[in-house]
Amino acid sequence: MSKPILQLIDISKDYYGNQVLKKVNLTVQPGEVHAIVGENGAGKSTLMNIIFGMPVIHNTGGFSGQIIFDGEPVNIDSPKVAMEKGIGMVHQEFMLLPGFTITENLKLNREITKHNLISKFLGDKMKSLDMESMRKDARKALDTLGVDIDEMLPVEGLPVGHKQFVEIAREIDKTNMKLLVFDEPTAVLTEIEADLFLKAVKKLSNEGIAILFITHRLNEVMQVADNITVIRDGEVVGRLSREEATVEDMARLMVGRKIDRVEKSKKVNNGSQENILEIRNLKVDMPGEVVKNVNLDVKKGEILGIGGLAGHGKIGIANGIMGLYPASGQVVFKGSKIKLNNPNDALSRGMAFVSEDRRGVGLLLDESIEKNIAITAIQVQGKFLTKILGINFVLNTKIREHANKTIKELDIRCTGPEQPVRRLSGGNQQKVCIARAITLEPDLLFVSEPTRGIDVGAKKIVLDLLLKLNQEMGMTIVITSSELAELRSICDRIAIIYDGKLEGILPPDADDTDFGLMMAGGYSDMAKEVS
Amino acid sequence: MSQKIKKFLDKFGYTRIIIILFLIMLFIAAFALELQTDSLISGILNRAGMNMILTLAMVPSIQSGTGLNFGLSVGILCGVLGAVLSIAMDLTGWQAFLIANGLGIVFAIIAGYIYGLLLNRVKTQEMLIGTYAGFSVVSGMCMFWILAPFKSPKMIWPYGGRGLRVTVSLEDTFDKILNNFLLREYNGIEVPWGLYAYIILLCLAVWLFSRSKTGIAMQTAGSNPRFAESCGINVDGMRIIGTILSTVLGAMGILVYAQSYGFLQLYNAPLYMAFPAVAAILIGGASVHKASIAHVIIGTFLFQALLVVALPVTNAVLPEGNLSEVVRIIISNGIIVYALTRIGGGE
Repeated sequence: MSKPILQLIDISKDYYGNQVLKKVNLTVQPGEVHAIVGENGAGKSTLMNIIFGMPVIHNTGGFSGQIIFDGEPVNIDSPKVAMEKGIGMVHQEFMLLPGFTITENLKLNREITKHNLISKFLGDKMKSLDMESMRKDARKALDTLGVDIDEMLPVEGLPVGHKQFVEIAREIDKTNMKLLVFDEPTAVLTEIEADLFLKAVKKLSNEGIAILFITHRLNEVMQVADNITVIRDGEVVGRLSREEATVEDMARLMVGRKIDRVEKSKKVNNGSQENILEIRNLKVDMPGEVVKNVNLDVKKGEILGIGGLAGHGKIGIANGIMGLYPASGQVVFKGSKIKLNNPNDALSRGMAFVSEDRRGVGLLLDESIEKNIAITAIQVQGKFLTKILGINFVLNTKIREHANKTIKELDIRCTGPEQPVRRLSGGNQQKVCIARAITLEPDLLFVSEPTRGIDVGAKKIVLDLLLKLNQEMGMTIVITSSELAELRSICDRIAIIYDGKLEGILPPDADDTDFGLMMAGGYSDMAKEVS
Repeated sequence: MSQKIKKFLDKFGYTRIIIILFLIMLFIAAFALELQTDSLISGILNRAGMNMILTLAMVPSIQSGTGLNFGLSVGILCGVLGAVLSIAMDLTGWQAFLIANGLGIVFAIIAGYIYGLLLNRVKTQEMLIGTYAGFSVVSGMCMFWILAPFKSPKMIWPYGGRGLRVTVSLEDTFDKILNNFLLREYNGIEVPWGLYAYIILLCLAVWLFSRSKTGIAMQTAGSNPRFAESCGINVDGMRIIGTILSTVLGAMGILVYAQSYGFLQLYNAPLYMAFPAVAAILIGGASVHKASIAHVIIGTFLFQALLVVALPVTNAVLPEGNLSEVVRIIISNGIIVYALTRIGGGE
């Protein structure tokens, strides 16, 4: 083997004390396709940002460890430096100018210019574009990728797949390109486009360009990668070559972790197998979390987990049922059909929702704790009201009484019921959200990402609280979470959503491999029986 | 100790402190120039009362999330129309005032509903669109004042012709009807208790509404529409209710203004009437998202006091002809500009 193009030595990074990368080592050879796989939040993107010198890294205190590029130690402190060294990056979000043609986008800020009459007098700034040469270069880059699109088309209106190719073409058009980084490149592509893309990747590697490829689609990894590094919780947990790797191995490495099961007295399952909620052909148009067609039953008295990778639609389910995003399909709750796209109907029938967007949808940040807790019950159920002269007035004393009781029950740490919720910590804010939902005394509680953005100690408290609500009040709970471990710690069953559809339902103690496969969408191909 | 003072200043808001310092300066100047302070204070009480309801009209619109009601002229015109009709009916005194209010409120409910529908279509642009909607309606009504077939000699030009006068005297109808009701004098300072009783009544009504189920729903819709939606609140409906209330208060406000002023101003007069009200509530410490009755009262007093005191002071300092008028315009618009820079909130 020749000398490596990129070597990462002991890379560590923390965001304000929150360790996201722990002593990561990585070596990439010229012409190698190296895949980095891991769950959301495993630290993949942070690693790429370090390699590319993104400002977010340096604004948060930099990182420790060493990068050796092309044989010499380098200090990449800005994307500009990275580009000069020959590192290119294709971002998850498209960084293209919609009104410009493909050629213009490719050559942006690297335009080929020629002299004209005016520029001879007024200097280089006045040079005109050499469109002919730029077109040729663009054509060559697109041909390298094997895509057949007109290089003079405006980027606006191109299908997403083509936009992705334009981004890649822009990177390979840079003459000194030695290493290309792709951050989940196939996430937005259709299958055919993804195939085309993978072919292009092969072609590039044959030309000696090394490729770092971040993804969680394991099948693609098997197709193109020469070597695979699996990251979990900021640590490298496995290095595999393609020959020795299997999808199952990768899935297990990706997911596996010590699971702290929350102390759970063996639950008395009421023996009722009655469905409290039946979801049929649910489609939800939630940007970034589109639900394509979900069929799912929720049993009375259970805790159902909904898991899956980000962007596959798990979050859209609860939001759709509660009427917050346009939904279609049929949802039957306690035997009667609910009106979709109507939050009031869903709430008044006895469902409640704790939103994943705590600060945006879940709370009135500048209002008091008591108002936050009471408001939905006031509006939906007419609680805490008294009628004077035919007008419903709010009874502050009743709200205060209820708020004090709830604060005590849920152990919300605050200076009093009048404290604005903005000043509370994340965990206590989450408790206020839950308090608001349970003030409705719902039969079914949806909770989305209950532990997002709150610290470890508070996480356990929130999960314990949900468990308590389920066991002591008999509330049916549907938890949506990106953290599989937390679902496995308290749920009775876990539904995994992949690509907007239900991939399968697993018991919490199912094998890591099964979870990994389901989340990567490979389960239906690999296994026949669903536990 | 200094910590405490700083905390107090932060809470009270630097905007108000700056305005109060400026006001104190003007008062000192007034003393130095030997102006009549008792008439100045009477003037402040009168002007503040006169404008208070117009400022109060900003509260429902801010609370419902449509921001400051720059289209207040819509409500003002409804009130003016009510007054014109009550004069046309040849009513006088309390009867005229009450009928003018009744008609004004009915018009304001209709106009506010339509205006609310408009504002729901231009979310996040309400204030800009509102300003121009107000301008357009004022211009549209100019045509009405010319073309309307009113015959009352109190309103048409003395020499005949078409259309209504630019200013209609209220001398025979409801001039000073609130101001003179329970007017008391203390050492030369006139306190219009009747006017203030009326204001307190309306403020109380707005406050009570904010404690009602609908009022709370409206405030929720205003402070976080996504949250409100998730509580099953009809956000667009609440915005319409807020706009209607604001328009109704605008109509009632202009009638208070007119009875105190003694004249009904038609044509272009309502064009810029929203601005002093907007400036007053901002100076009072409200923001585009939050407003209370206290903001209304503090703001109106500060704003009007500045205008009332600044005018005689500049008159005394610059006696030549038009110059004091120019300075007056600079000061009043200057305060409005300063207030508008505080639009994000004074707290």
